[in-house]
Amino acid sequence: MSEVRVLVGTRKGAFVLRSDEQRKDWAVEGPHFPGWEIYHITGTPADPARLYASQSSGWFGQVIQRSDDAGKTWEPVSNEFPYEGTPGTHQWYDGTQHPWEFKRVWHLEPSPTNPDSVYAGVEDAALFHTNDGGKTWRELPGLRSAKGNLWQPGAGGMCLHTIILSPDDPNRIFVAISAAGAFRTDDGGATWRPINQGLKSEFELPDATAEVGHCVHSIAMHPSRPNTLFMQKHWDVMRSDNSGDLWREVSGNLPSDFGFPIAVHTHEPETIYVVPITSDSHHFPPDGKLRVYRSRSGGSEWEALTKGLPQSHCYVNVLRNALAVDTLDSCGVYFGTTGGQVYASADSGDNWIPIVHDLPPVLSVEVQILP
Amino acid sequence: MIQVTLPTHLRTLAQVTGPVALLVEEPVTQRAILDALEAAYPMLRGTIRDTVTKERRPFIRYFACGEDLSHEPADATVPVEVAEGKQPFRIIGALAGG
Repeated sequence: MSEVRVLVGTRKGAFVLRSDEQRKDWAVEGPHFPGWEIYHITGTPADPARLYASQSSGWFGQVIQRSDDAGKTWEPVSNEFPYEGTPGTHQWYDGTQHPWEFKRVWHLEPSPTNPDSVYAGVEDAALFHTNDGGKTWRELPGLRSAKGNLWQPGAGGMCLHTIILSPDDPNRIFVAISAAGAFRTDDGGATWRPINQGLKSEFELPDATAEVGHCVHSIAMHPSRPNTLFMQKHWDVMRSDNSGDLWREVSGNLPSDFGFPIAVHTHEPETIYVVPITSDSHHFPPDGKLRVYRSRSGGSEWEALTKGLPQSHCYVNVLRNALAVDTLDSCGVYFGTTGGQVYASADSGDNWIPIVHDLPPVLSVEVQILP
Repeated sequence: MIQVTLPTHLRTLAQVTGPVALLVEEPVTQRAILDALEAAYPMLRGTIRDTVTKERRPFIRYFACGEDLSHEPADATVPVEVAEGKQPFRIIGALAGG
C-alpha cells in the first residue's frame, strides 16, 4: 500500500504528516528546524528520498537544507544566491529605483528527472538554478531583463513564488512574481518575456493593463495540458489556453475573486480549486466560512466545498504555496491555514478532515505518494 | 584558543552543544574570529554576516567582557581577555519584542 507524505512548511518549523491511501489516520512528525520559517519544503519526483527545504530567519538569514533519506537527517547546502553581474535596481515604494537585495527563497522546484537539478525562486525576485544538489546556485539573469526596472514589491515583498517546468518542452519555464506578473522562457531561461496580456489590475496599477506590475499570486497547470494555465491574481481568477499569451477572467460566481492559491485536480484537467478571501484588506474568508471552491468546467462556474470545514467564526487565510493535490486514483486535496490547521480531502474536495489543528501558521504544503 | 558562544539556533545548525574553541592568529579581531568560525563551521556562512560584504546582519550583536562590540570596526582588536581565551566572544541574536 502506498504511503502519503504531506510536507508542511510553517512560521516555526517543518512538519511531515504521514498516512496510507485511506488518508484517514495521520502521524505527525516535527518540528524540523524548530523556530525557523520554512517558506517551502518539497520532495523530488525523481528520488522520493531527496527533500529540499528553504529555512530562513529574520536574525540569521537564509539556509537551504537537503535530505537524502526522506527527512531523517538533513544537511545544509549552499545559501549563497549571488545576482549575476551588477544587480541593478527595481522600482521602490516611493517611486525611486532601489538596488536588488537578496532576502529569502520562497519556492524550490526540483526537476522531474534529476534530483540534483532544482530551481529556486527568491526575494528580491530572481530565478536561480542548481545542478549539483544545492552546492552552488547560479542566477538566470535574463529574467530580470524582462523590464525588471519596473517591478515593484507588494506588501509581502517582491518574491518569485511560482515556478512551472513545462512537461513537454524542457526549454519552457513559467514563473510568477509579486508584484511584477507572469513570465515565460522558451529557450531554457536565457531570455524571458512578460505574459500578462488580458490581466486587468484596476485597483493596483495606474495603467490597468500594463505589461508588467500585476500582482500574480499563483499559477497552476495540468501536465496533460501544458498550454493551459490557471491563475489566482490579487483580484481575479484567470485562465490562458495559449501558454500565457492571452488571459481571460474565469472568476464567475465566486463570492470573492481575491485569494492566494490555485490548484488543478490530478486526473481532471478542467477541475480547479481556489480558496476565496474577502479582500486584500480582509485576509479572511467571506462570512467567516472556510470554503474551498471547485470548478469542474475550467472556471466560471464554481461550487463551494464545505463538508468538514468550519462554517462559522473562521478567520484564517490560505497562502499561495499552501494548497496541493496528490496523485492517487481518488485525488487528494490538502491545504494549510494561517491558523495552523492542515485539512485533507481524499475525495477531490467533497469531504474534509483536519489532519492537525494547532501548528504554527502554515506557509507551504506539498504532498508525495511513496510506493 | 578563542572561545565563541553562539545563539541556540546557530548551535543547532553547527551541531555543537556549547562554546566553540577556535585557533585565531594575532592580531585577534572580529573579522579574524568570524573568518575562523566560518572556516570551521561552513554552515554558518551568511547567518552572522553577509557572505559578500561581510557586514554584520542587522539583528546580530557581538558582546564580550560586559561590552557591546557590535559597532566596533571589524578590524579592531578584541579585548585582551577574549584574545587570551579567558572571556568568550559572544554572538547574540538581538532582542525582538512582541
